[in-house]
Amino acid sequence: MYKLTKIILAVSLSALSLAAVAQPLPGIGRTATVKEIAAWDIDVRGDFKGLPKGSGSVALGEKVWEEKCESCHGTFGESMEVFGPIVGGTTKADIKSGRVLAMSDGSEPKRSTLMKANTLSTIWDYINRAMPWNAPKTLTVEEVYAVTAYILNMAEILPADYVLSDKNIAEVQKLMPNRNGMTQDHGMWKVKGKADVKNVACMKDCIKKIEVTSALPDYACDAHGDISEQNRHFGAVRGADKLTACNPTPSIAELNRIHNTPYHAKEGAPTIVAITRPTAVAPVIAETTGLDLIKQYKCSSCHTMTKKMIGPGFAEITVKYKGDAKAEAHLSSVIKNGGGGVWGGFMPPHGHIKDADIKKIVQTILSGK
Amino acid sequence: MSNELNKPGRILRAPENFIDASLSQAITKDGLNEERRNFLRKSFVVASAVVAGGAALTQGVMAATFEGDPNILSHTEYDQSLGLPVASNPYGVPSKYETNLQRRESPGLTQVGGASVSFAPLQGLFGIITPSGLHFERHHQGWHDMDPAKHRLMVMGMVKNPKVYTMDDLMRLPSVSRMHFIECGANTATEWGNVAVPTVQYTHGMVSCSEFTGVLLSTLLADCGFDKKNGKFVLAEGADGSGMTRTISMDMALDDVIVAYGMNGEMLRPENGYPLRLVVPGVQGVSSVKWLRRIEVGDKPYDTKDEVIHYVDLQPNGLQRQYTSIQEAKSVITSPSGGQVLLGKGFYNITGLAWSGRGKIKRVDVSADGGRTWRTARLETPVLTKALTRFNIDWVWDGSPAILQSRAIDDTGYVQPKLNQLRGVRGTKSIYHNNAIQSWRIADFGEVTNVQVN
Repeated sequence: MYKLTKIILAVSLSALSLAAVAQPLPGIGRTATVKEIAAWDIDVRGDFKGLPKGSGSVALGEKVWEEKCESCHGTFGESMEVFGPIVGGTTKADIKSGRVLAMSDGSEPKRSTLMKANTLSTIWDYINRAMPWNAPKTLTVEEVYAVTAYILNMAEILPADYVLSDKNIAEVQKLMPNRNGMTQDHGMWKVKGKADVKNVACMKDCIKKIEVTSALPDYACDAHGDISEQNRHFGAVRGADKLTACNPTPSIAELNRIHNTPYHAKEGAPTIVAITRPTAVAPVIAETTGLDLIKQYKCSSCHTMTKKMIGPGFAEITVKYKGDAKAEAHLSSVIKNGGGGVWGGFMPPHGHIKDADIKKIVQTILSGK
Repeated sequence: MSNELNKPGRILRAPENFIDASLSQAITKDGLNEERRNFLRKSFVVASAVVAGGAALTQGVMAATFEGDPNILSHTEYDQSLGLPVASNPYGVPSKYETNLQRRESPGLTQVGGASVSFAPLQGLFGIITPSGLHFERHHQGWHDMDPAKHRLMVMGMVKNPKVYTMDDLMRLPSVSRMHFIECGANTATEWGNVAVPTVQYTHGMVSCSEFTGVLLSTLLADCGFDKKNGKFVLAEGADGSGMTRTISMDMALDDVIVAYGMNGEMLRPENGYPLRLVVPGVQGVSSVKWLRRIEVGDKPYDTKDEVIHYVDLQPNGLQRQYTSIQEAKSVITSPSGGQVLLGKGFYNITGLAWSGRGKIKRVDVSADGGRTWRTARLETPVLTKALTRFNIDWVWDGSPAILQSRAIDDTGYVQPKLNQLRGVRGTKSIYHNNAIQSWRIADFGEVTNVQVN
């Protein structure tokens, strides 16, 4: 009995101490140091809170651009090859009004960064935290100011001799072509916000005439590969081998092929047939090829199969190292440990790729297949 | 032994023999109107009579020649041999027959894999939990497998005591485990103007649902003594190259936002933010910052790249809606769905998913005639707030063309809109937040394709 009381007492005591957990939580975490906060607190807000002191010229920006930005974003910041365009679609009139006309008249189908952005801080902040693409957070404060200034110069917002700084950036903000182009007047910021579109749950006779207004366009027909291999080979349905949407007037022969099942001939009585489509096929697990690995490791982030993007095209590498006995060892090392200079750029190290995979990738590139 | 399973006597697709081919194709291409519908009705009277005769004939043939399914009559490689021992796969993997359902990229959507999306194969998934390995991916500057021993979370800004937490600290704190969906704000973006992609994987595969485990953000904010008067927003920042940043209102931060490390009973997968991510329930996925390393308390929104240049919704008047966060009620039939083929006439279980960023799903209705008539589907349990809800409804396909749709209603009474209703207010260029009713057309020969209807 005494023992039991003791246990009950202990339990109720610990329950008490649980209920009495005070803030701050004892023994959890520690105070951040001033240096730690400075190291990580890099965000710059619309009102430029957080912007480091400094400056950078359009001229320096152009230099940095050519070295580190142009290969993805194009000579004039207009390229859509790798990322969306940064520059384009803004006019002198937009700079005056603070509203980009092309956002409403549809004259620029691809919206550029400068058409969209209302705050200049955003561009500064993003270049500072995330650029260049394959080496983020390596630009100096001066370079970030300079690249920001050069982008605005390319859009004819700043003159070629401009030096952008923490002192004048608020003035430059007043030139942002779409600075008045945002609204927060909508119900989708808050859980209890009001919906802007209203439907009613009609249950019968809801529509008189059903019209199909859009179906898969021809250009999208085969774009997503073999749909039959994106569904199970058993169960309630199968994936289509080839979408008839891509083939609006299929012949009987084609329908046979599409469904891999005998399809009725138009003439004659209904045929009774057995399904010949295998219902459980062991998937063929093919050996991983060099091309598979190139895809798996996203080499295409910087390389294309043919021409130079950020790095050289694979076909270009094939040509350059043709007949070079040391090429395999050299290229393997470049992939694993990084390298640079050969093609005017810098290849980051890829230590996470297995040696065997690197070997296969290099052999594939060198074989040119 | 052959893997082929013969189904002797199975009748395939009779009625179209009795429909003029050009009519059949016109229906398939353009849907039904009343004239064609009447024609079809007449055709079916003839067709079903002949089919019935055929079925009788089939059974006669079967009796004469069919002894039984070899998969039943013969022993198999499995039932006459020894299987593998326990722990052969210390970390289990799916069957070797399950290679078709994978995360896939949508060709042409992006040019760079590190700033791209892979879609979850909703067409073959069951229930409401997305297998962790199939959860959709969205990375802004590639993903890393980060060392948890070196990972830190800093909470700073308008707080009395800015603090640094290790994973050890965070995993000692009171934890919650909650099921929530994460849906990219751009899910279904390709369909604003016209049909652009063939299957539900590509139309809706940027939604997934998991049980997340972690500590409520409100616990950490209280621990640091946040400024209750002036602290109106928090900034969440990731430890990846993009230094992903998003503003979250303090109301949400104090409500149900989770600093999560667990996902479906295990740690987060690297592609989903291992070892630490934010989960902001009901809000577009971009706010659920992965590889979370910093929370800053402030008095204004932060105007980050993904609040100014992306994830802003362009309206017909040229203004962009900023900070559109909530994912409004939405649903989609996952099977039968685009790119699939029905196996002949008869019974099917129409199944799909519904969800709302404003609360629970109250009801889902399904139409098989393009929205003319609707029936209410069964909701499977659990039905949870800001989580996927599975719905099912019985359906017997009579072999005629059909258009399947689903329509979700959430507990605020909001009814999932039709595409033309959304377009009427928002135009076709807002990219984000397309929660329109999805239509799947079934052709008379069983193929399902993605269409839009009036």
